Amino acid sequence: MTIAADKTNRIGLTRDDYRGAHTTLCAGCGHNSITNHIVKALHDSAVEPHLLAKMSGIGCSSKATAYFVDRAHGFNGAHGRMPSLATGAKLANRELVVVGVSGDGDTASIGLGQYCHMIRRNLDITYVVEDNGVYGLTKGQLSATADLGSTLRKGRANDYPQIDICAVAIDLGASFVARSFSGDGKQLVPLLRAALAHRGTALLDVVSPCVTFNDHAGSTKSYAYVKDHDAPVNTPDFIAFQPEITVDYDPGTVQDVALHDGSHILLRKLDGDHDVRDPVAALRALHEARRSGEILTGLLYADPEIDDLCTRERLPDRPLAHLGIDALRPSREQWAALMAALV
Amino acid sequence: MADGNVNDLCIQAATVNGSGSQSSNLVITKALFHMGIPVAAKNVFPSNIEGLPTWYDIRITPRGYQCRKRSVDILIGMNPATFADDAGNVRPGGAVIHEAALPRVGAAGREDVAWYPVPFARLARERIDAKPDLRKYLQNMIYVGVLAELIGLDPAAVERGVHDQFRTKPAAAELNLEAIRLGVEYAREHLVKTDPFRVEAMDGTAGRILLDGNRAAALGALMAGCTVLAWYPITPSSSLCEALIEHAQRFRVDPETGERRFAAVQAEDELAAIGMVLGATWAGARAMTATSGPGISLMAELTGLGYYAELPAVVVDVQRAGPSTGLPTRTMQGDVAFVHALSHGDTRHPVLLPGTVTEVYEDTRRAFDLADRLQTPVFVLSDLDLGMNLWMTPPLPYADEGIDRGKVLDAEALERTRDWGRYRDVDGDGIPYRTLPGTPHPRAGFLTRGSGHDENAFYSESPRAYRDTMERLRRKIDGARMLLPAPQVEEAGRPGLVVAYGTTHHAVIEARDRLGEAGAAVDYMRVRGLPLHPLVAEVIERHERVYVVEQNRDGQMEAILRQELPGTLCDRLRGVRHFNGVPIDAEAIIEPVLAGEAAARRPPARSAVA
Ligand SMILES: Cc1ncc(C[n+]2csc(CCOP(=O)(O)OP(=O)(O)O)c2C)c(N)n1
Ligand code: SF4
Ligand SMILES: [Mg+2]
Repeated sequence: MTIAADKTNRIGLTRDDYRGAHTTLCAGCGHNSITNHIVKALHDSAVEPHLLAKMSGIGCSSKATAYFVDRAHGFNGAHGRMPSLATGAKLANRELVVVGVSGDGDTASIGLGQYCHMIRRNLDITYVVEDNGVYGLTKGQLSATADLGSTLRKGRANDYPQIDICAVAIDLGASFVARSFSGDGKQLVPLLRAALAHRGTALLDVVSPCVTFNDHAGSTKSYAYVKDHDAPVNTPDFIAFQPEITVDYDPGTVQDVALHDGSHILLRKLDGDHDVRDPVAALRALHEARRSGEILTGLLYADPEIDDLCTRERLPDRPLAHLGIDALRPSREQWAALMAALV
Repeated sequence: MADGNVNDLCIQAATVNGSGSQSSNLVITKALFHMGIPVAAKNVFPSNIEGLPTWYDIRITPRGYQCRKRSVDILIGMNPATFADDAGNVRPGGAVIHEAALPRVGAAGREDVAWYPVPFARLARERIDAKPDLRKYLQNMIYVGVLAELIGLDPAAVERGVHDQFRTKPAAAELNLEAIRLGVEYAREHLVKTDPFRVEAMDGTAGRILLDGNRAAALGALMAGCTVLAWYPITPSSSLCEALIEHAQRFRVDPETGERRFAAVQAEDELAAIGMVLGATWAGARAMTATSGPGISLMAELTGLGYYAELPAVVVDVQRAGPSTGLPTRTMQGDVAFVHALSHGDTRHPVLLPGTVTEVYEDTRRAFDLADRLQTPVFVLSDLDLGMNLWMTPPLPYADEGIDRGKVLDAEALERTRDWGRYRDVDGDGIPYRTLPGTPHPRAGFLTRGSGHDENAFYSESPRAYRDTMERLRRKIDGARMLLPAPQVEEAGRPGLVVAYGTTHHAVIEARDRLGEAGAAVDYMRVRGLPLHPLVAEVIERHERVYVVEQNRDGQMEAILRQELPGTLCDRLRGVRHFNGVPIDAEAIIEPVLAGEAAARRPPARSAVA
């Protein structure tokens, strides 16, 4: 375990160089697992920390920007508005490697508009949605990604159909769409690395159980949290001792993940026959999986040929933020001609 | 005929929008300008694409007043729907050029004005060889000819005006000139002039250009080195963004590679627009947005984020009449209080208050320096009158000086700094040092956030850290008082003082002249920014009666003054408010000031009980 962490990557950095502040999320929260996978992916992909821009909205999930790569700049912005902040940042400095972390409330409700338009513009960003089907930070309200019929901890059933953010993305012409599970590092880390390598919006919808507000059998996005009668929950110090749920299964198979409380979630891994360039096939697969109560994971759709925003805007390689004033002002002669033409 | 009617009149063209009358009115405006006559043009238009009434006022005065005039001297009545009302606004002794087919009923039947009926529709139909829809447009060009003949517009100036207007379309220019000649000819053959108004060439426009405030603001942003524009269309600010894009296309595109040293994003809404601006400035670019009241409302949350996370941003608010959709194509100074304190919690933003085309250019340009220096959103408060009307102005000066990017630490500077904290007040001015993403130094990074933070940008809910930050932010924005333009003061020891800001200025100029002629001269102070410059209180202190003139119902500037001035000075303030959607005129100021000054001069009434 520690051997891997000490290993240096291509640019001579160890895993520790990619760590952030200690998490303050609940012990066992799926979001923490994702943070660890992000750290591994950034390290493995040898992303320069100073070029990394960590963007997030508001929510438990969005706090994660504090928990990885201390050395990088980050922006924990406003609820649902991260896509616009990230768009501005990338336009200003296209050298930045932009990683966004959002929640299902942040993306599928308050931020749905910005989410759609980010995809439409194909902003070059790795956009991770830590999807627990619930509002964690505001203590357990239903979110728009919760499945129809799933219940809240307090027993209220969800009366409205879910918004499948992967299906929305594919339909909007997204260039990279994947779904995974917080506990499946073996799948998620390579997906994250592929997303980092992709130039355009790479959406990763990562099912990430909320152990505090969505930890019961009635939820389809949960694992329950086994707790000892004397073990206090929500104790950050305790987190290192919590067992993460991990899965490891083969493409083309359905994985029945047994949860701590005896309930389970079904993950179907896409097999090699799935054509990631075919949006219709991807949408059909998503709908079929939903009908059979499964969560489809893997790379659903990718089109690396679509130009990203900065390319479409024909921005120079040199970041706009680095251009000096002389490159930006018209010349004195141009100005005089402009004024002379104004009657 | 009295000479008082030479170069001193207000022409109003009352037409239907979408009928092409805008071109006709611009030709008249430019022809007058080419004759050297100071001209002020105001477009009062509907929120509609075709079919609603629209008015265009062209005012000329020997002194070059740029404000609206309440009464009309010559009406060009083309709109059946408003004809009677429009005719009612013409002053006795005035004149009406009108479509002959319009019925002379109601006020259109009055006998105290000169009537010039012209069969525009028939002339266009019978005498102009063009497609029917084009004929409708050219019908309005005929009135340019009629007016030219009646008031004595110089034909060469008219021709220049047409060429200005159709610069890139010589064939269209010829057709329009043809229509104008038709009007001249008709007037010569069929109309007998009985009104006193005429124009004569003079030397009042030398060294001036005609320019709208929105284009001037866009040029200010271009000159400031703005590289990211994020916007959402809204009248009356859209033309600012469109002008900025147009000029960036012209001056910022590499002719060989086609690369653009500029990004303009039409955002999905104003929330996204301000978000993109903050993201861009966070990453080190100069970025702006322009909007109007409804957009400002949507920007409230993120403006607070910009204030608390300390990010530069430039927002131009081209104000229109609210609340809600209000009168979207009419003017108002209605956002002053809202913008100054925009967002929740304790927030205060520097606001620039330009009143002229030159000022909106300079203020927009300087807003970028201020935003970078203060690391905070800065607002430029324009309005529809300034933004969308053509104004006479000296050519905008080229910016020689460099720009101020404020306190930014690069890798080298960080290397020299042993101990850096993003929100530390090192210099005692409340302004900390920042680093930009992408800075190649291991200590450059930090997490920007809208939640509580300490000096080192770490998350904190400590009461002390919060209070310290809020106190520091207050100090920082207080410092802006001296960085913003000082008020413009014209003092001669009179007891009365007019306080105004923005485009109200132009009505104050005329009002002060006329008040002086009526023996009630007043001093004048024009506020140029918020938070208030210390001079504002000093000048008010020296006056007994202070008339705060503004174009809103609630006296928003007056309320800000009341909040900031010592209580004893507040008693001297008297609100003069104009809020009907059309730009303020001199009368709106003269009447209340005259009454106030006269009351002050009357001896106090004796008590009835001796
Ligand atoms: C404008 C605004 N409205 C509401 C909130 C309150 N709020 C904070 S987080 C949150 C929901 C977060 O849910 P999600 O994005 O799913 O994140 P999670 O906590 O579940 O990871 C809400 C409603 C806010 N911060 N801002
Ligand atoms: S409330 Fe849920 S989402 Fe939030 S930190 Fe706790 S477990 Fe995670
Ligand atoms: Mg959630």
